[in-house]
Amino acid sequence: MAADSSNDAFVEFERVQKSYDGETLVVKDLNLTMPKGEFLTMLGPSGSGKTTCLMMLAGFETATHGDIRLGGKSINGIPPHKRGIGMVFQNYALFPHMTIAENLAFPLEVRKMSKAEREEKVKRALDMVEMGDFGGRRPAQLSGGQQQRIALARALVFEPELVLMDEPLGALDKQLREKMQFEITHLAHRLGITTVYVTHDQTEALTMSDRVAVFDDGRIQQLASPDQLYESPENSFVAQFIGENNTLEGVVEQIKGNKCVVKLDDGEVLDAVPVNVSKVGERTRVSIRPERVEYNTDRLDPDAHTLSAEVLEFIYMGDIFRTRLRVAGNEDFVIKTRNAPDQVRLKPGQKIKIGWMAEDCRALDA
Amino acid sequence: MSDTTQEPMIAADGRPLKQSLARALRRQKLRALALIAPLLLFVMVTFIIPILSMLFRSVENQIVSNTLPHTVVALQEWDSAQSELPDEEVFRHLYFDLFKAAEAKEHSRLGTRLNYEKTGLSSVFRTTGRRLDDMGEVFQDPLEDINENFKNGAFWYEMLSGEGGEELLESRRTLWARLTGDSMAGDIGFVPSSQMADMLPWTTRAYTDFAIWTVVEEEDVVAEEDPWEAVYAGLAYDLQSEETRANIASYGGPGAEALKDAVANFDKLPKVDFKAAFAEAKEDWVTTDLWATVQVFSADYTPGYFLNAVDLELTPEGVQAKPENQQIYMQLFMRTLWMALVITGSCIVLGYPVAWLLANLPMRTANTLMILVLLPFWTSLLVRTSAWKVLLQQQGVINDILVWLGFVDDANRLILMNNATGTIIAMTHILLPFMILPLYSVMKTIPPSYLRAAKSLGATNWTAFWRVYFPQSVPGIGAGSILVFILAIGYYITPEIVGGTDGIFISNRIAYHISSSLNWGLAAALGSILLVVVLVLYWAYDKIVGIDNVKLGG
Repeated sequence: MAADSSNDAFVEFERVQKSYDGETLVVKDLNLTMPKGEFLTMLGPSGSGKTTCLMMLAGFETATHGDIRLGGKSINGIPPHKRGIGMVFQNYALFPHMTIAENLAFPLEVRKMSKAEREEKVKRALDMVEMGDFGGRRPAQLSGGQQQRIALARALVFEPELVLMDEPLGALDKQLREKMQFEITHLAHRLGITTVYVTHDQTEALTMSDRVAVFDDGRIQQLASPDQLYESPENSFVAQFIGENNTLEGVVEQIKGNKCVVKLDDGEVLDAVPVNVSKVGERTRVSIRPERVEYNTDRLDPDAHTLSAEVLEFIYMGDIFRTRLRVAGNEDFVIKTRNAPDQVRLKPGQKIKIGWMAEDCRALDA
Repeated sequence: MSDTTQEPMIAADGRPLKQSLARALRRQKLRALALIAPLLLFVMVTFIIPILSMLFRSVENQIVSNTLPHTVVALQEWDSAQSELPDEEVFRHLYFDLFKAAEAKEHSRLGTRLNYEKTGLSSVFRTTGRRLDDMGEVFQDPLEDINENFKNGAFWYEMLSGEGGEELLESRRTLWARLTGDSMAGDIGFVPSSQMADMLPWTTRAYTDFAIWTVVEEEDVVAEEDPWEAVYAGLAYDLQSEETRANIASYGGPGAEALKDAVANFDKLPKVDFKAAFAEAKEDWVTTDLWATVQVFSADYTPGYFLNAVDLELTPEGVQAKPENQQIYMQLFMRTLWMALVITGSCIVLGYPVAWLLANLPMRTANTLMILVLLPFWTSLLVRTSAWKVLLQQQGVINDILVWLGFVDDANRLILMNNATGTIIAMTHILLPFMILPLYSVMKTIPPSYLRAAKSLGATNWTAFWRVYFPQSVPGIGAGSILVFILAIGYYITPEIVGGTDGIFISNRIAYHISSSLNWGLAAALGSILLVVVLVLYWAYDKIVGIDNVKLGG
């Protein structure tokens, strides 16, 4: 699904900047292109500028500089109600003084649709979210999940080409959230709607999206499909932010093509892929996922470097084992192993050797 | 399990659970009560009780029967529909009742009270009050000529005091107490003789009244004081009865000699005719109108004040509309309601945008604006109203600016004050915060995402506001309107200062009756009606809008 064909770009941000106070930039030089039908998630910690981007796209904030285009046309000067973008808000923003059916009919009514047409569309939208019997109720009479579905139906009922969602599942409990994640992606793909989804929950981002834009400090740190993002983070922020991650600090000792050797601060050396290190002697932070660490040295390349480690803690988590180690002075080095019948259960105090495939370990910026 | 659902639940100590719970909660309730007790007492003593007593005045009318107790009783027989005057007996009672009242200076109060119902009665009572002594002296002088002893206070005391008259003394004391409002208690060193009370009833009664007054109010000794002229009048009247004269002939007690002299010279005494005497004092006494008024208002409780307050009057012929040129209150009520409505409307129109700004501006700016809204609260109401006077008058700031700008001709300066316009302008300004604050607190709870949602769904700014925002702010409008309307309807200071005659409210009239005309009964009746109107409107509001929909805050 990942597409970077700029010729069929549907949503485009070009060199967009945003400042509220004239002193600091909340969004710094944002460039983004999105093809039609894509589900793109803006992920980032709070204050990273992701919601501001969404609001600029919706038209509630104006870009301080740069161009935002929708379907090839600049929408900078178009007021929100003429953009025809559906939006789902964090707290659903269902109008409390209207019934569910009236809420859904509202966008159709302001588009001056006939009553019969309105009723037809409202019914279809309610059926789509499986809430057909709830038309006569008020929002306050519905549960959170039901309100969420209605908000979704309302954003879709006037058939917009682009739908924006601003942390729509934030108020739901875990189970419901997972169910809704599935429903939303399903619906978006079935209807072929282009969706921009904002969240600070990385699991949500990974499970739902075609592509994820990781925001930090007003910039997109990495824009990639979930698997690329997880397996090939391009900088240490992304590596830290997405999933669990072990880091070790050191100095680049030698670079050979797409392989490098890093000397850790305690003198041990390891193999890594140079991602954003370019020369020998540079400080680097190497990143390795807990599940890619191997302690059965037989499985490693014979010439691979290994590190010595001491087991500090063994946690049984059912499907996996989580073992905390001390590696090169880092006491928070975690490895995860599957709970398979032949799996070794390490004991605290045990001294072991660990290593990994060089391509799983990435040497990033310090 | 079925037995547990039918039996009452039992607590661990074996008592019914309900009882245990009530016991456990009682302490809390008592403590809560103790906490509010000081305020409750304060409010009761300084607020509720005075208001209740004030409201009670709107029907209370005991002044007539307290001041003229015997006259009122005697007048019951009289039929006001006949063109005949009440008979001599009524006038006789009137004389003795009025004499007492005049001594206690209560007769002019009664005159004032009856003057509310029939103009001119005040002066009748005052003029007559001055003539009561003369009416008695007519008998005093001849009696003193007949026997020197009648000049002597000690002689009267000796003649009329004795024993057995305690009952008479106490009944007279009760009447005094009702008249003056004091208890009139205490030993007065005089007990009327029951023998004299039988033989000379009017004399003894008048002397007993005199004795009580002399001792309790003037703190003198009865025996040392010369009796009232009314006592002589009483004796003259008693002597008119042949039976009394015969009894005196066989009487041998104190003062027998003087009394026998009086009987012997009976023909030297003028004939007792109180009706003629009153007619001479003031002609009004021999008109049936006057007596009809006294009779109608002799009851202890009267609807008269309330009728007055709605431009009706109680006449001997029943309830009637007042003459057209005296009808002012209904019009005033209507104007008060209408102007309160207009003021409420202007407050909504002016306050809504300000409240919206307050709720939507960034915190810092909103706080500054809030201070500006609250600023009037920190300024004296009187100062604010007076400032409006400076602004609104014909040579005032607003007119000057309009003339200077050329909008208004110098010769035709706008009349913005001393009329309804002035009241509406000034009161809208003064009551505006009461509209803004509840509106603000409601608007603060409407998330901005509603407006955004509406716009993202395709609504223009106006549609989004009108269809989504406004309906949710209606509870705030309701709360503000109730506050402003109820405050406006009872407003006093501002209409008084800038209202002139066209811009005053019913409350100004109430204040006038409280402090100037002293017709507290009418003031109380007007106030009660105002209270009822407010309660009825509140009830109607609750029925139509629902008081649950009113929000004063989050």
